[in-house]
Amino acid sequence: MNAHDTKIPLLAKEGPGVVGRRGETETHHPPAPPQVSRGAEDQRIVFEEVSKFYGEVLGVNRVNLSIPPGITSLVGPNGSGKTTLMNLMTGLVAPTRGRITVLGMSPREPERLFHKVGYCTQFDSFPKGLTGYQFVYSYLRLFGHSHPAAARLAEQAIERVNLADAAHRLIAGYSKGMRQRIKLAQAMCHKPSVLVLDEPLNGLDPLIRAETIALFRSLAQEGLYVIISSHVLHEVDALSDQVVLLSNGYVVAEGQIHGVREEIHEHPMQILIRCNRPGDFASRIFQQEYVVEARILADGHGLLVKTRDADRFYLLLNRIAQSGISIESVAPADDDVLSVYEYLIGAEEPPK
Amino acid sequence: MSFERLPWALWRAQILAILRLEVRKTFFTRRGAWIYLLAFAPVVLYAAHSFVELKNGGHGDLGEDSHIFAAIFQFFFLRLAIFFGCVGIFGNLFRGEVLEKSLHYYFLAPLRREVLVVGKFLSGLLAATVIFCSSTLLQFVAVYCYFSSNTLQEYLFHEHGLAHLAAYLGVTLLACVGYGSVFLAAGLLFRNPLIPTVVVLVWEAVNGFLPAILQQMSVIFYLKSLCPVAIPEATSMDKNSLLSFLAVNPSPAAPATAIVGLLILCLLILALSSLQVRRMQIDYGAE
Repeated sequence: MNAHDTKIPLLAKEGPGVVGRRGETETHHPPAPPQVSRGAEDQRIVFEEVSKFYGEVLGVNRVNLSIPPGITSLVGPNGSGKTTLMNLMTGLVAPTRGRITVLGMSPREPERLFHKVGYCTQFDSFPKGLTGYQFVYSYLRLFGHSHPAAARLAEQAIERVNLADAAHRLIAGYSKGMRQRIKLAQAMCHKPSVLVLDEPLNGLDPLIRAETIALFRSLAQEGLYVIISSHVLHEVDALSDQVVLLSNGYVVAEGQIHGVREEIHEHPMQILIRCNRPGDFASRIFQQEYVVEARILADGHGLLVKTRDADRFYLLLNRIAQSGISIESVAPADDDVLSVYEYLIGAEEPPK
Repeated sequence: MSFERLPWALWRAQILAILRLEVRKTFFTRRGAWIYLLAFAPVVLYAAHSFVELKNGGHGDLGEDSHIFAAIFQFFFLRLAIFFGCVGIFGNLFRGEVLEKSLHYYFLAPLRREVLVVGKFLSGLLAATVIFCSSTLLQFVAVYCYFSSNTLQEYLFHEHGLAHLAAYLGVTLLACVGYGSVFLAAGLLFRNPLIPTVVVLVWEAVNGFLPAILQQMSVIFYLKSLCPVAIPEATSMDKNSLLSFLAVNPSPAAPATAIVGLLILCLLILALSSLQVRRMQIDYGAE
């Protein structure tokens, strides 16, 4: 997916600190509800003006989202509303206001919804006395599957999360990573179209983490909607097709990460250029009014450019390259999730 | 959707799946050991009584023993053992899962919440029935075991002994149904089980003082109507005494009315529980 494929509305916050919990000053206007036709609604996960309050405490407020297939990451610090959004779309909590549909189904109809949806929650608790296999198998029997079908699906799911060797051990004896994987197996054992995963990489060692990320990618390639919450931004950056940035219960930006970055006009884009004559390069680009700053790197083999118009700058690069300066590489330096998050949410508690 | 087109086969399979998961929890938990102690305490008492009678030559009075059995059954077994046993078993069906943070697994399955209520209720009922009916049976054996085989044959087959046993087993089952539904609902509505337990205990105790219409809103009213043996001490005593109110129904219901009335009461409570479970949200942090 490239930036132009981003069909969901992009929203960038006006400035740091403008969104807050109930009772605080709110200076921004919530985005209009997504205009989604009935047919398209059956193909997406849609939130329309959704708010959730836990008594006086805000969970999320005025959320409007339309999530397409692929990997979508919900990003934000603790308490930003990631889990609330996931619990809302799976019916574990009901919205105070607004409407949610998941592929056209209401989360208040679990008997329909969970044929299509699997949810790996953050709760690290299990029914007592069960082995990993029994845990997944029992869940499948709740679907009404026969013993052979449930056994086959359970084995396949456990195999897919690489836990076959420990399948017949009690979950009580599992490590944190194994518990995380058996929950994942349970969430995907019935082959859902929508997989909702709350901090699924927590507790996984690097090898298993890499395998799990590869698994998510392959599921997304199979056409699944994979919704992941995370506060580990560099993982999200490498993994996601689109992101939803949350802060204090509000969606502050959503869409394909490069598209979100381009919408933040108050922070010029940073581009890292490796070339043989950075001084000459800098003198050429300073003539352009859209170039804000050019700083030669300490090693003398490149420069960092800040520009208000990346498209025009890239066109300029072509002309510079034709003029004899050898350009080794050009890479955006701040269109990752971390930078976007810092620009949008800045002074608030940063995720890792 | 017409009645015939409802997915009965699916619901049956789902209820069986819930039973498989729940039976393990309701029968074999260390935290539930006190329920077994409570249920089988009368068996130990009767066994000790029979042992003493045997040592003294076994010349007991069968009629007197049947009255003692009736009194202990009503005052201790129904009002305390089954009552508190159901608090422990049914009150934890939902409440226990909330405390252990495992209820969401059921809520994440394609399962109607009403089916979940029925499945959980039946699993509790299975556990309570097995525990308390087996206790009733063992109590019956223990209280009469020291009599000669001739006396026992006469009592069982010619003097309604077997009919009484069947009636006691039936009352035990109905007590589990009635108190089970009450405490399943209480476990859904209250965080602290002590409050509904005390309220229901007092309600059941003062049942005899209440107007006839309110008496029908209690479980013990129907159970007392079905007990096969009257307690002579209670019937002959001063009508205003507490024991008299606890043991005697001033206007007992006919057996069929009592059974149907209790089942209707149970169904109403289960329907209300289903509505509550449909509205239920997972918010373990608030616990």
